[in-house]
Amino acid sequence: MKRYIPPQIPRLALAFAIVISLFLVLRHLLIPDTFGKYGPYRAASMDDYSTIEIHYAGQQACFECHQDIEDLKALDVHSGIHCETCHGPGQKHSTSAEAADILKPTGREFCGNCHMMNAARQKDAVLQVDLTKHNIGKNCTECHNPHQPWEMKK
Amino acid sequence: MEPQYQNLYDILANSQGYIFPNEIDLQWGILIVVYPFITGLVAGAFILASLERVFKVKILKPTYQIALLTALSFLLVATMPLISHLSQPQRAYEIMITPHSSSAMAIFGFVYLWYLAVVLLLEIWFDYRHSMVVWSNEKKGVMKWVYKILTLGVSDISPQALKWDRKLGYIITVVGIPSAFILHGYVGFIFGSIKANPWWSTPLMPIIFLFSAMVSGISLVLLVYMIISYFRKKTIDLNVLDAIGKYLFFVLILDFTLEALDQIHRIYVAEESFEIIKLLVSGKLYLTLFISQGLVGTLIPLITLAFLQFYKHKIKVRKTMYFIVGILVLIGVYSMRWNVVIGGQLFSKSFSGFTSFKLGLIGLDGTLMAAFWLILPIGILTFLLWLLPPWKMVDEEE
Repeated sequence: MKRYIPPQIPRLALAFAIVISLFLVLRHLLIPDTFGKYGPYRAASMDDYSTIEIHYAGQQACFECHQDIEDLKALDVHSGIHCETCHGPGQKHSTSAEAADILKPTGREFCGNCHMMNAARQKDAVLQVDLTKHNIGKNCTECHNPHQPWEMKK
Repeated sequence: MEPQYQNLYDILANSQGYIFPNEIDLQWGILIVVYPFITGLVAGAFILASLERVFKVKILKPTYQIALLTALSFLLVATMPLISHLSQPQRAYEIMITPHSSSAMAIFGFVYLWYLAVVLLLEIWFDYRHSMVVWSNEKKGVMKWVYKILTLGVSDISPQALKWDRKLGYIITVVGIPSAFILHGYVGFIFGSIKANPWWSTPLMPIIFLFSAMVSGISLVLLVYMIISYFRKKTIDLNVLDAIGKYLFFVLILDFTLEALDQIHRIYVAEESFEIIKLLVSGKLYLTLFISQGLVGTLIPLITLAFLQFYKHKIKVRKTMYFIVGILVLIGVYSMRWNVVIGGQLFSKSFSGFTSFKLGLIGLDGTLMAAFWLILPIGILTFLLWLLPPWKMVDEEE
């Protein structure tokens, strides 16, 4: 006698096989070619990034021309802050050497970005100044040299 | 002041004490509250269904198919709150095609699929196959073909084939119970494994989530059963309510005990995070934890259910009480999800400050969106009950 095979089982097996194969085909089509070459990401994304225009030059490029500022900065509390933190991206200026290609911020509010009163910032890490009381009406750079903040201007 | 700084200072005004900069805004909003709530309803409803099937609780038979269809309706929507919470929802499929084994969320996708395809759909299919074959012969026009497609073309309804339906359905249910435990335990695991957050990081989390899931799923099936009976103008079988109520009572006791154990343990060990958590539960979470979850969602239902165990008079009063208990328990479990998800993000991981949560109405992460994902499964359930009415099934066993 032939062994009874319930008809549900082969039919369900077929349905599952179709769904799983469909998933595998879709997966094959959807995964980018270079995925997994170096790790769980698309390796070609690194080539994409390498084509993006560079905006920041890094402070060594600044010091090639501005040796004096390097020496000045090294002596005071801003020594750890890179030039482009305040002056903005400098790649264009480092090749053109035009003054128009770099920022030279002077206003009270610009310094206030780091130095205004802020409860969420540790006081001993960054000095906080109450801009509503401290020498109102004057620009910070009138007294402080931003490259050497504690050497007061006369 | 520049607008972006003005904005930052406005937000900072809503925080208290010292918080880290990335804690100002809550990353997980109401949709992440809805997600474990819906998943819990699925697991709970399924576990109630399996009581009838595996443990042969015959009295629950009228709720068996209702529980399965309820579980399916909510499971189909379970991932939607997560997907709509993403900033790039169109990339959600990537978690399935390139899963990373170190990502708990990626593996959840497969736990979910296993549960949907291998457990729920198969169990419902085996259960309804006989009826669907009969319906496909009775109906005319489009519906005939709909049922034919649903049977996958297997029209064999010989006693031998039906015996196999029951046998395979039983095996699936047995596999389904641990699967349901894994499905919802996993949701708890995702929270419990975040070791930087003392409000979440406890190995008890998956178990607590699981039991609250069972509590909510059982309540939902109780409510759905009562509402369906009302619309079909059938008398609600009080024995069924009593049986569901009894299970709800026992599971609720376990759930309450586990959550109490978690809190007592937290209070007794009083780790360095304890001070901030004490402030959290007595302040920002007071209403949702003590009133909504504890009193309304746990204690009142517990006392009422205990009372209903020996109060056997006035049928109408008892039915009303069961209905109210069902709603209260759902409110309680929803509050529990809220307290976990939102509560865990309200205090700073520096343990020295709080941020606040402002619930939006519109937008991808707003209340309306969450309400939509909660209402949609009810629509799906209505459709499924119309397509596969349990009360018109062909009775085969006797």
